[in-house]
Amino acid sequence: MARINLTVDGSQVSDDVEPRMLLVQYLREQLGKTGTVIGCDTSNCGACTVHLDGTSVKSCNVLAVQADGAEVTTIEGLAAEDGTLHPVQEAFRECHGLQCGFCTPGMIMQTVDLLKDNPDPSEEAIRLGLEGNLCRCTGYHNIVRAVQHAAGTTEGASA
Amino acid sequence: MIPAAFEYVAPTSVEEALAALAEHGDDAKIIAGGQSLLPVLRMRLNAPEWVIDLGRIDSLRGVRDGGDHLVIGAMTTHHDVGRDPLVHEHALLISKAITHLADAQVRHRGTFGGALAHADPAGDLGAPALALGSTFVVQGPGGTREIPGADFFVDLFETAISDDEILTEVRVPKHDGWGASYEKFVRIAHQWPIVAVAATVRLEGDTIAEARVGLTNMGSTPLRAHAVEEALAGRPATEDAVAGAAALVADGTNPPSDLNGDADYRRHIATVMTRRAVLAAAGRG
Amino acid sequence: MTATQEPAAQAEIGRDRRRKEDQRLITGRTRWTDNITLPGMLHLAMVRSPFAHARITSIDTSAAKAGRNVVTVLTGADLGEAQGACINAWPVVEDQVTPDHLPMPTDRVAFAGETVAVVVARSAAEARDAAELVEVDYEELPAALDLKEAAAAHESGGTLAHPDLGTNVTAVWRFDSAEAGTGGDVEAAIAEARDSGILIEREYRQQRLIPAFMEPRSVVVDPTGEQITIWSATQIPHILRFALAATTGVPESKIRVIAPDVGGGFGGKLQQTPEEMIAFAVARRLGKPVKFTETRSESLLTAHHGRDQWQRLTLAATKEGTVTGLKVDLLADLGAYVAIVGGGVPVLGAFMFNAIYKFPAYQFQTTNVLTNKAWTDAYRGAGRPEATYAIERLMDELAAEVGVDPLEIRERNWINHEEFPFTTVAGLEYDSGNYEAATARAKEMFGYDALRAEQAERRARGDKVQLGLGVSTFTEMCGLAPSRVLGSLNYGAGGWEHAEVRMLATGTVEVVTGASAHGQGHETAFSQIVADRLGVPFEDVEILHGDTQISHKGLDTYGSRSLVVGGEALVRAVDKVIEKARPVAAHLLEASADDLEFSGGSFTVKGTDQGMAIQEIATAVFAAHNLPDGMEPSLDSEATYDPVNFNYPHGTHLCAVEVDTETGQVKLRKYVCCDDIGVVINPLIVAGQVHGGLVQGIAQALWEEAIYDENGTLVTGSFVDYLLPTAADTITFEIDHTTSPSTTNSLGTKGVGEAGTIASTPAVVNAVVDAVRHLGVNDITMPCTPERVWRAINDGSSGGETTEAAMPHFDETEGGVQ
Repeated sequence: MARINLTVDGSQVSDDVEPRMLLVQYLREQLGKTGTVIGCDTSNCGACTVHLDGTSVKSCNVLAVQADGAEVTTIEGLAAEDGTLHPVQEAFRECHGLQCGFCTPGMIMQTVDLLKDNPDPSEEAIRLGLEGNLCRCTGYHNIVRAVQHAAGTTEGASA
Repeated sequence: MIPAAFEYVAPTSVEEALAALAEHGDDAKIIAGGQSLLPVLRMRLNAPEWVIDLGRIDSLRGVRDGGDHLVIGAMTTHHDVGRDPLVHEHALLISKAITHLADAQVRHRGTFGGALAHADPAGDLGAPALALGSTFVVQGPGGTREIPGADFFVDLFETAISDDEILTEVRVPKHDGWGASYEKFVRIAHQWPIVAVAATVRLEGDTIAEARVGLTNMGSTPLRAHAVEEALAGRPATEDAVAGAAALVADGTNPPSDLNGDADYRRHIATVMTRRAVLAAAGRG
Repeated sequence: MTATQEPAAQAEIGRDRRRKEDQRLITGRTRWTDNITLPGMLHLAMVRSPFAHARITSIDTSAAKAGRNVVTVLTGADLGEAQGACINAWPVVEDQVTPDHLPMPTDRVAFAGETVAVVVARSAAEARDAAELVEVDYEELPAALDLKEAAAAHESGGTLAHPDLGTNVTAVWRFDSAEAGTGGDVEAAIAEARDSGILIEREYRQQRLIPAFMEPRSVVVDPTGEQITIWSATQIPHILRFALAATTGVPESKIRVIAPDVGGGFGGKLQQTPEEMIAFAVARRLGKPVKFTETRSESLLTAHHGRDQWQRLTLAATKEGTVTGLKVDLLADLGAYVAIVGGGVPVLGAFMFNAIYKFPAYQFQTTNVLTNKAWTDAYRGAGRPEATYAIERLMDELAAEVGVDPLEIRERNWINHEEFPFTTVAGLEYDSGNYEAATARAKEMFGYDALRAEQAERRARGDKVQLGLGVSTFTEMCGLAPSRVLGSLNYGAGGWEHAEVRMLATGTVEVVTGASAHGQGHETAFSQIVADRLGVPFEDVEILHGDTQISHKGLDTYGSRSLVVGGEALVRAVDKVIEKARPVAAHLLEASADDLEFSGGSFTVKGTDQGMAIQEIATAVFAAHNLPDGMEPSLDSEATYDPVNFNYPHGTHLCAVEVDTETGQVKLRKYVCCDDIGVVINPLIVAGQVHGGLVQGIAQALWEEAIYDENGTLVTGSFVDYLLPTAADTITFEIDHTTSPSTTNSLGTKGVGEAGTIASTPAVVNAVVDAVRHLGVNDITMPCTPERVWRAINDGSSGGETTEAAMPHFDETEGGVQ
């Protein structure tokens, strides 16, 4: 077992973990942060995307011990403390950018990273920026709209 | 799925890492960015007893100017290499290739040295590193040694790094003013390349003065297309002239046949991608 | 008592309400099955066969049992009859050959990935560790893998998937319009066309697909209560409860099934799975809660696959291109077992090959075949995409033969809008539609003529990038299903749906539905229906579903049925509430019930401003102080609706692709569709269903294929090799609707969940073929990989077979990885 100390969604946590424990398992099983989910075992799907020290990573592809000393933000830590949604969360709802919602935490976390990097992305840049996140429900159409909406470039959903 | 149990050590210096490697030897795996290793462990294709994490060795990170070459620390992430102004200025081909490498999350975590040491012939960094004439610096119990690019990749997932050595940096000769392009042929954006071609050229007027071409996934290792490079030198940067040189690219290659394409199809694609990459590198794409 | 309220400013039906579900999903407050943790819960790991077909000679669990924190290791023999069985609900013919399907077979495995032992441990990691220690000895048997060879094995002496059955053919199901009296003799039509008309004879491949829902399946079983509770990532909680009771002997009343948040299904979670049965048996045996969550690799390997047919097709027409007959001869690969719907999937397609066209003669036959591969069952569209693909590809071939535009050949043969209702050669009555209107609108959106001009220009110029335009004028049958029809097809259950409306004392409303959503937005759309009909605020309606303790009755969600069958049940339950409220209102308003009008949520006395809101009546009924004599103090109502007919959405889909003739790479350029799905409840949700459906259909055309090697190993066993498209591979779609209200339900709605998938596959392949037809190509096998397209261009073939190997990227070798 290894002792790790990190900050998750603004709270300091400290635990003894097996070295083999993945960050996503630590979040889900030890901290109860079940908003972050596991969709594959080859790091293709991106459903488990969180921010590690401010950049997006696939938390199934990071060991919990590697996150020792780091700051982690999950989908559960994105909204303000008073419940005000992050603009990207709001945009996904406004644009119907989700259906079953399983890929959504990863999509939203990756979108936040994408927009931080490029606040005014072209449609192509959005599509390439989300290539590490699979969705099986939306055909990506309204996800792209949601990212554009969050970036302030469109008027919401197309029905 | 969950990896089999292992012990973990995260040294903070190369010396400590080498000591750990010496101690655990065959039972150990080095983890750099872990973007290829962790899936392997999760699917239990491999189950080392020890995992040695290089992630806490700060000296292995960063890009610096080495005079006539750049020095890219092995633990520099793809993201950081791709955004580095020095890389953009002196080794544009690497910047271009990295935009096509995996996805944003993997680029945030995966490392330049880790990907090269993994030696997947379908990896996106081997071909540009070879094309640019890179030298690989490894450190072992007896000190450091330099491995020329031509000797680094040995076979599928196999390099010239010895079991007791660690890749510490890659030295990339400066190619100032060279145009560059990485043409990656895939069916789906998040796929490993079926074939990719890394090309960088130096123009004199409308003539290709020099060209360097590397091939991804055209054999059991990344390859350098010397015949194409020689044929391009001194030719005009026109479609016909470049196509003539590109036609040589598949000679002597031994690409795989798999569900994404037979070997002969890959050879054909390599010629098309070579032509396109060279023309794009010459600003004629 | 209040004065009449103003009616709601905006009707809920037709409004693009943002979804109620989303607040939880975008903040991570979710209840996926794998999130559930119970005190003392144990974890399962499956030991799976690496062989496609093998006899189990011994299983040694001793080392695994000694593993750290291992509770026990169990085999099929250990569980015995307690493990129940996996059922086939639809024996398509009386003499169907159906192999027994035990969740954990005891003597022989029939496909790679089948479970032979289960490890129970205190953590999932420890269960997996011990699973590696279970030693199973197998005697490998020859495996039936090739569909065509397997179909002939009983005659050729070939390999049998189940040697004791003596054949791989489970059923031959046939429909003939002359025999059924719904049309003429297809052989006569073919003979005539051969003699003096046009005969198009083709063989098309429907490749094997994997539904690949994003949430891997998971099951938690808690046996500690009076009822055994099962949480499962399933589309069919009610059917699962039935199957558990029917095969394990546990009374149905002792079983509670909950489908909490379910992350996609697309038919892939329309199954009673071995893993659910095993978890149920283990929990009962140990008396402890257990959980099993599959990995993605396990999911791709063992969750049922879809499609997988060979289609031999003969279309007869006159020289002018008027269709005269269609003969369909299918081979359908059911995999190792006959799944819950299983052999019914090709039969669901039987009625749709004739599509929107006026064929005078039609014959359909499917031969359902067992092989040693993962079992197949419903995948989005289930039988109808296969049928639509075949006919829409054939119509393009006919157009090419006649030398007219593909849209023109369709117009010559389709049912005109004034001909509805129309009884087809397959014996179905299409209730409504307007193919002319949808096509005109789609052409306009597409800029069809301009794109045709560009295509001609590129061809003339010999451009390396050629443009292709693809058409698909699809229809489908949805709203499964009239119970009588299902009965006539030998299906094991009905097709009704149940709904219940509960008026709470404070005026809010609980609605229970037997439909079980997994991403469709039922909570929103159903709230809109109830809000409109009952005149209560949208926010005051709560939709409850997916728990057999709350929704005791239902037939779940698949086959585009939730809205058209479940929605109609809802309407009827609401109407009963209103009728129960009427005498109360009359009593309290001191008026005659006949003088009351109900609108906007209130009863009003005709010709007065006296009225009473439904919520006020609910409160009064709760108090029950002053009700009409003899009246039961409850407005709650339920309804079970059995549809009398299917409904038939249709649409015109137009796709433009650019084909790089140097590489064979296909790039989507433009996609427009105009669908007629009747009355739309929520255009936002409908658009989402269409977009997602389109991409799944496009993915069949271009990218996805489940491939087995010659040993029966699935080589597309991870998302590295099973190619789901990403955002970077798809484009923005342009969609619109025309509206011919369905006449088979009171809302006028038609199903939409499967439309995009059914329509888009042939639109894309038609476009790809159209781009290179002038180069001598008339078919390209799906998926239209760059290599296939390139080979088709270069040798005129349909592109050849896929090489069955996958390159490793995550290697097993010692060196390298960092």
